Amino acid sequence: MTVVSVDRDLDELTLVLVAEFEAPVERVWQLWSDPRQLERWWGPPSHPSTVEEHELAPGGSVTYFMTGPGGETSRGWWRVTAVDAPTSLEFTDGFADASGEPDPALPTTEARVRLAERDGVTRMELRFRFDSAKRMKQLEEWGAFEVFPQSVAQMDEVLATAQDTTQEAG
Amino acid sequence: MVVGDEEIDRLFHALADTTRRDILHRCIDGEPSVSRLADGYPMSFAAVQKHVATLERAGLVTKQRRGRETLVRTDAAAVERARRVLDELEEAWRGRVGRMADLLAEMPESRAT
Repeated sequence: MTVVSVDRDLDELTLVLVAEFEAPVERVWQLWSDPRQLERWWGPPSHPSTVEEHELAPGGSVTYFMTGPGGETSRGWWRVTAVDAPTSLEFTDGFADASGEPDPALPTTEARVRLAERDGVTRMELRFRFDSAKRMKQLEEWGAFEVFPQSVAQMDEVLATAQDTTQEAG
Repeated sequence: MVVGDEEIDRLFHALADTTRRDILHRCIDGEPSVSRLADGYPMSFAAVQKHVATLERAGLVTKQRRGRETLVRTDAAAVERARRVLDELEEAWRGRVGRMADLLAEMPESRAT
């Protein structure tokens, strides 16, 4: 299992997800630091993402858009607050309007990424904190969550295929 | 049905307290009275009554008068709505983590650009 644990705290409105990858920490960091790799996992297969700006430095921005099955696009952004490559990244994740400007009326989530390698296995801890319950509700109304359950099912197939490939290759 | 923002705010405020969440657990199966609930906590009857009122405003419990007692019951559907929001975020990130693992398997030797 890639995902080791998921803990949620309704007091703090946080979700903490821990995953482990059989790869060096520098390699896992590239998933975040290389925009071409980031866009391959950020959006679900039904909504591929395209990363435009990508500056992983304090105060820097990452901007992206996701394209739906009907060609419709939705834009989002990160505001990077802290970086310590290849082990730590903190950013605020939010929605943007059609021109790509952050929309202050829409929900944001604070995200914290921590990477640590041990014996060739990299442990990734993701901590998310919502700015308010009200904004969680807005996320839900926007349908931001609805696109995902389907992609989780697809992901299982992809993972199964990837595992077979690895075994064949090994 | 679209639930109003104010309602959601009340819902999460109500859930953001250990005692109130404990009250919800106790009122799922049984239907205890406020005074019986108050016996279970190291706080005054009035304090417990206030917690119950907060839960009631959020739609998480319903109160019913029976004789001289007020019985409290948890509305399981309301608790479920709150949980669902976190469920969905969790699923979204499980999907992302799965795709990350897939990418690592596919490009084990990738170099930073």
